[in-house]
Amino acid sequence: MKFGWAVRIVRFYIEGFRSMTLGRTLWAVILLKLFIMFAVLRLFFFPDLLAGKSDAERADQVLEELTDK
Amino acid sequence: MISDYLQTVDWSRAQFALTAVYHWFFVPLTLGLGVLVAIMETLYYRTGEEFWRRTTRFWMRLFGINFAIGVATGLILEFEFGTNWSNYSHFVGDIFGAPLAIEGIMAFFLETTFIAVMFFGWGKVSRGFHLASTWLTALGANLSALWILVANAWMQHPVGCSFNLQTVRNEMTSFWDVALSPVAVNKFLHTVTSAFTLAALFVVGVSAWYLLRRREERMARKSIALASAFGLVFALLTAATGDQSGAVIARVQPMKLAAMEALYEGGQGAPLTVIGWVRPDGRPVNGEIVRYKIDIPRMLSVMSFRDADAYVPGIRDLVYGNAKYGIMSTAEKMARGRVAVGELARYRAAKEADDRETMTAIEAEFDASTPEGEEFLREYFAYFGYGYLESPEQTVPNVPLLFYSFRVMVGAGMFFILLLAAVWWFNHRDRLAEKRWLLRLCIWTIPLAYLASQAGWALAEAGRQPWAIQDLMPVSVAASRIPSASVCVTFFLFLALFSALLAAEIGIMLRQIAKGPEPEKE
Repeated sequence: MKFGWAVRIVRFYIEGFRSMTLGRTLWAVILLKLFIMFAVLRLFFFPDLLAGKSDAERADQVLEELTDK
Repeated sequence: MISDYLQTVDWSRAQFALTAVYHWFFVPLTLGLGVLVAIMETLYYRTGEEFWRRTTRFWMRLFGINFAIGVATGLILEFEFGTNWSNYSHFVGDIFGAPLAIEGIMAFFLETTFIAVMFFGWGKVSRGFHLASTWLTALGANLSALWILVANAWMQHPVGCSFNLQTVRNEMTSFWDVALSPVAVNKFLHTVTSAFTLAALFVVGVSAWYLLRRREERMARKSIALASAFGLVFALLTAATGDQSGAVIARVQPMKLAAMEALYEGGQGAPLTVIGWVRPDGRPVNGEIVRYKIDIPRMLSVMSFRDADAYVPGIRDLVYGNAKYGIMSTAEKMARGRVAVGELARYRAAKEADDRETMTAIEAEFDASTPEGEEFLREYFAYFGYGYLESPEQTVPNVPLLFYSFRVMVGAGMFFILLLAAVWWFNHRDRLAEKRWLLRLCIWTIPLAYLASQAGWALAEAGRQPWAIQDLMPVSVAASRIPSASVCVTFFLFLALFSALLAAEIGIMLRQIAKGPEPEKE
């Protein structure tokens, strides 16, 4: 059993999740929270102004910001 | 456009404050309760008593609720650095990124890996491995706090860095100067010890509720015995680290100290104001901001400089200068800061014109390895942030907020010491169950512990204003140029999301407390 340990770890998690009682409510809260944070807020409201720019372009933009104020 | 930018700055500040406040509702209990649960499980490991297994599992369940609801709320703060505070994020460069990366890679993974064993591993892994997992989860949570607080401490006291003109970023020159700065060490110790105290008060308060209802009396008494002793030790350590923090602030952020004491006129042998009424506008009348005050003579000098005769500068000294004590005026710092900002603007113009000669000359000014560069950085760039201020009075933070926050924090801290000592004593004498007023007081102390903890952060963060990075970057420059309406909308979305999460946490927690620990095994 080359990957016996990996199978045991996966089973450990599956059985752990299956045996949860209160944990299911908590997981629902966690997943809902992460969905709102990443899918709704991150995509629609938080454009990263410096994303997709090279280091030099970022430096130029911030230099402009620091010297225009 | 300018006014929209100023609105963006205000909304961004409000949003960051809101998310930080809500995030901090979840964090301290995780830090302290993790350690208390690990101690309880250690008792189970050593004694093999089923009672300690059941007790550990009960408190572990409350820890799990708090962890699950609070986890990832800090990620929103990290979003905001990139989106609302992009100028700041670029300017701080790897200094801020390195501790946060270590936190993410090392501490958070340690915590999240072993928390699974902690919750799923009962009866499936050996008792020793389970105990180690519980301790590693608690350690991971506290290590996460360490790196976040190192990053925050750098904003209060930027050290171990140099400014790179080409990349327009501060770069780390000494990791250890950043990680072991006196502000970072004190901030970590003070924050963690106060979080441990809060968790102890939570355990004492919940256990007191059981004693009042004559339920789970053995678990409640044993939990109180452990948590009150643990809490008392850490409440005393919180007071000691807080005292040390005051001495550090006196050296690195004297305006914060003067504002939290509402000390307008500095003086030798300065008194500490125990309580008083601060004028709501924070402005002095006849040199005084506080009325009807009770002072302890010379105590502020002792706390700040460990010398009863030491001179403690007041707000007026720091704003307008005091040549006798070698305190530079803010107007002078603004003039020096403007020179540094001007050189940056000249560099930008030279870059746009491809004027290599001017660029090379300015780069030499910012080169710390030459005597000229070292002098320019020390005499001018050290005041860079002042170059953006419009008046010296802008360096004064919100005096009433700081004054009252400090007194709420310290007053509550002193009360916690007395309460925990009394609870420990009566519990030790087996007379706690008779003291129903004390048990009720323990329950109502839980929200007070959160209030004191939030007051501490209000003092630390509002006291740094107007700076995002002390002396180097005011918040008005740090913010991104994004539409204020967008920040305003997300402020209310966050308010709704976090309020719902907090309500969910309190609701689930109260239900689980009412339900009590799992039934005893036959």
